Amino acid sequence: MIPAQFDYVRPGSLAEACAELAADEDAKVLAGGQSLLPLLRLRLAYPSKLVDVGRLPELSGVHDRGDHVYIGAMTTHDEVIRSAVVTEGCPLLALATATVADPAVRHRGTLGGSLAHADPAGDLPAVVLALDGVLVAGSEEGEREIPAAEFFVDYLETALRPGEVLAGVKIPKLGPGWGFHYEKFHRTAQAWAIVGVAAAVRRADGAIAEARIGLTNMGATPLRAAAAESALRGAELGDQVRQACEMADEGTSPPADLHAQPDYRRHLARVLTRRAVLAAAGSP
Amino acid sequence: MSEIDVGVVAEQIAESDQISEPSGAPELGRPRRRKEDGRLLTGRTRWTDNLSRPGLLYVTFLRSPMAHARITRVDVSGAIGLPGVVAAFSGRDFADEQGSLPCGWPVSEDIVIPDHPPMAVSEVRYVGEAVACVVATDRYRAADALEAIDVEYEPLPAVVDMREALSPDSPKVHPEGNKAFSVKIESGDVEAAFRDAPVVIDRTYVQQRLIPTAMEPRAVMAETDGDSYTVWSATQIPHILRVMLAVITGIPEHKIRVIAPDVGGGFGSKLQVTAEEVLCLLLARRLGKPVKWTESRSEGNMTVHHGRDQIQHVRLAADADGRIRGLRVDLLADMGAYLMLVTPGVPLLGAALFNAIYKMDAYEFGCTGVFTTKMPTDAYRGAGRPEATFAIERTMDELAAELGLDPMEVRRRNWIRHDEFPYTTVSGLTYDSGNYEAATDRAMALFGYDKLRAEQADRRDRGDPVQLGIGVSTYTEMCGLAPSRLLGEARYAVGGWEHGSVRMLPTGKVEVITGTSPHGQGHVTSWSQIVSDALGVPFDDVTVLHGDTAVAHKGMDTYGSRSLVVGGVAVLKACEKVKEKARRLAAHLLECSPDDLEFHAGAFQVKGTEQRKTIQELAYAAFTAHDLPEGAEARLDSDATFDPENYSFPHGTHLCAVEVDTETGMVKIRSYVAVDDVGRVVNPLIVEGQVHGGIAQGVAQALFEEAVYDADGNLLTTTMADYLLPSAADLPAFVTDRTETPATSNPLGVKGVGEAGTIASTPAVVNAVVDALRPFGVADVRMPCTPERVWRALEGAGR
Repeated sequence: MIPAQFDYVRPGSLAEACAELAADEDAKVLAGGQSLLPLLRLRLAYPSKLVDVGRLPELSGVHDRGDHVYIGAMTTHDEVIRSAVVTEGCPLLALATATVADPAVRHRGTLGGSLAHADPAGDLPAVVLALDGVLVAGSEEGEREIPAAEFFVDYLETALRPGEVLAGVKIPKLGPGWGFHYEKFHRTAQAWAIVGVAAAVRRADGAIAEARIGLTNMGATPLRAAAAESALRGAELGDQVRQACEMADEGTSPPADLHAQPDYRRHLARVLTRRAVLAAAGSP
Repeated sequence: MSEIDVGVVAEQIAESDQISEPSGAPELGRPRRRKEDGRLLTGRTRWTDNLSRPGLLYVTFLRSPMAHARITRVDVSGAIGLPGVVAAFSGRDFADEQGSLPCGWPVSEDIVIPDHPPMAVSEVRYVGEAVACVVATDRYRAADALEAIDVEYEPLPAVVDMREALSPDSPKVHPEGNKAFSVKIESGDVEAAFRDAPVVIDRTYVQQRLIPTAMEPRAVMAETDGDSYTVWSATQIPHILRVMLAVITGIPEHKIRVIAPDVGGGFGSKLQVTAEEVLCLLLARRLGKPVKWTESRSEGNMTVHHGRDQIQHVRLAADADGRIRGLRVDLLADMGAYLMLVTPGVPLLGAALFNAIYKMDAYEFGCTGVFTTKMPTDAYRGAGRPEATFAIERTMDELAAELGLDPMEVRRRNWIRHDEFPYTTVSGLTYDSGNYEAATDRAMALFGYDKLRAEQADRRDRGDPVQLGIGVSTYTEMCGLAPSRLLGEARYAVGGWEHGSVRMLPTGKVEVITGTSPHGQGHVTSWSQIVSDALGVPFDDVTVLHGDTAVAHKGMDTYGSRSLVVGGVAVLKACEKVKEKARRLAAHLLECSPDDLEFHAGAFQVKGTEQRKTIQELAYAAFTAHDLPEGAEARLDSDATFDPENYSFPHGTHLCAVEVDTETGMVKIRSYVAVDDVGRVVNPLIVEGQVHGGIAQGVAQALFEEAVYDADGNLLTTTMADYLLPSAADLPAFVTDRTETPATSNPLGVKGVGEAGTIASTPAVVNAVVDALRPFGVADVRMPCTPERVWRALEGAGR
């Protein structure tokens, strides 16, 4: 890796890190480095300074807090997958995280880094959005909570303000009766999702009582399949679910790239949403 | 997690080898674990980028962001004076000494070989072409300084599409025009074969452009010592490179030493004389200091020569029973912007293989090489033969579909029977040996062919969204490059012989020098096995030296599955000469006639007595020279060259079953069976490894890889996120087996296995994909068969 020159600091506290960032608008947060370092290597980013938050105690750890799970931003993907608190409290996050890249990346990459990078092709933003997660930003002024629906502003752009660092994320626990599935469509195991669908589904009396669906790589930000979600309410497994999932691409604006054109992504979103919903409902 | 100690790992690998192997059995055919693997797997070895010299400087190249442009100004002054920068140069600074990169295969009389300066002087013709360079005290400063160089370009139109390039009003890549050459070969009466033919299959296939992607990126280091030069390079061809560097730069050949240290894969991409090799040598001369350059992966994707890139028009005439009457092939082959070492020869390496294993009376082959403003193409694993095999094997499946026959039945009706060898084909090659029936029967049994066909029918009947497809590839190839005489007839610049030396050391150990240049093939292990059997010495007592022109003074290097077939045989022949010297010495010491001696288990024994001399005793006797026969020299060593009389022809049957998700277009390989006949096997583990890797690479062309240029000639697949390589997670467990029909063209009976898997597998996979989709009205899917392409094929066919 031959990046351009940059300064490097490793602050001892979150407050110190925020002060570093507030003092230099060209400084960048270094978390696990799995997105930032490729940008540096390709000289697509020229930060003046990297503020390494990897060892801040405030950003680590997974905590069961009763009605929600709190995950520190620097929790690695591998730690997420292996955490019993996560697999019991928010299994959808564990399912999706297990599909991220490869073991080497999962050992370095972090949940907070992935969310703050806000790449709509990343698997985890759509999951946190589907689960109505709440992102906790730290700054010199203290903590601020941002609902996931307001956090992802645009392509690689979040509601974090200058001088703020993502400290962690709260994932509300869903009660009994919920099923989960992450349906990732990619060409090779290590490749980005062409489209991904995160589904949380509550069944009652042989029908879908409630569904929450997050879409990966169907627009500039992760998206909720709102039209499909409302059509699914009360839908019986079978034709009704099938018809409801035909609305999965409504309100999306999928990108065009080497792997897929927008019309194909829309088609995939519909098929994959049906599969994800049925799998989450325990009826693959 | 605990740290892995690579040294311990290396030891364990070495130890496990010794523990697992019993002694005494013949070495040929033994699954020896490779002597090289400990150091190669741990990386504690001599990769070129691991090497250093005192005062080493680092080179970086500024590369053209434009596909085609006139260079109106290059100003390097901004770089000079920056911290750590020692020098910066433009192409003009080397215009008088950099010469032109060589093309060693002028395939026709009409060929146009444009001047190819290592660093562009007045015009750039592909994105990535070097226009300037920086030499600095470290690689970071060298990279930083590139941004201070100012280049002005006057854009010229890009030429991206081969067909458009040949139209009269196309912009020109070179003043001479966009046609590099044309070649035509005819055999038999093709007109008659097609006249009134009951069946004619007419298809056009696209062989997409591929990026070789060796694990080790290219790296070059050069050093000067007075008027002598040493060049270290991650190359497959140290010997050819040395000759070419002398010719290009005018530095006398004996003043240049080229070293290929351990090299981490090539697949043909390091069968090249590159701009960076020439320029590093010239920079070392200009500055009087050692310099090194190592490419980044993205730089490599742009500037390592690419592979394939052909449009193939194939017409096949057959009788109503499926018997082939004749074949017409017309190729357009994308040369890219320049002709590099064997660029124009690559499509012609397949010219004699479109007829494959099939009997026919008439054949016509035409090929036009086309210049475009893209990275030049050149040899890539199989080089011309995968393209030819794909075209004919796809077409055989189309013939079967047209006639409503099973694809294997159509092949059986046309292939050369085992009792017809040696067989001279319509294209003029003489296949020495083979048994297509045996390999096919074995493959069909392992695959469970009939059962899978039944499942396929069932899924079709049920309208299962996941359909099953079965693909067949009954391939042969020509390798073991090659008989020098035939290469000369084909206008190839060099010969095809190989050289080997064998010397007994005073303590009875054996030092072998080979002219081949391994870059992952395991020559050290295989050659040790050959020598161990030939001289009766333990496997561990043999060492093999290679890749340094000061050590291995003669050689033709490694490519075209030639190393074992030519180089291994040269080593065997050197062993035989050593043994003859040892026999005379033994006869002298034992006071008998050489004819009275039997050689067994590493010793010469007087027939009917207990009197014997071991080869080790004889080595010591030769060293002391106290008592030699009259006129004998004090050495137990010899060397030999071997030049085969014919190519070798591996063959086999590959069968692939795919599941195609008709809703999404996703293709998943369900099972894969390969039965290969590579002749006699020296080391089954190495053969197995070559077959597995080869299949993976062929599957990659079928399903995953494609180098994509946009209409302006920009390469879009510069990173691994865009250029998709499959990993183990994306591939099934391969079922492999072998039949063994020895080659008759060399004393080992070996055929070569470096390319067979890649040649065979691509059509097997695509045939399977098309087979799954045929009931929907789909007759072809362009490679790579991405989910989107498969989905669009289904949508286009109206399901």
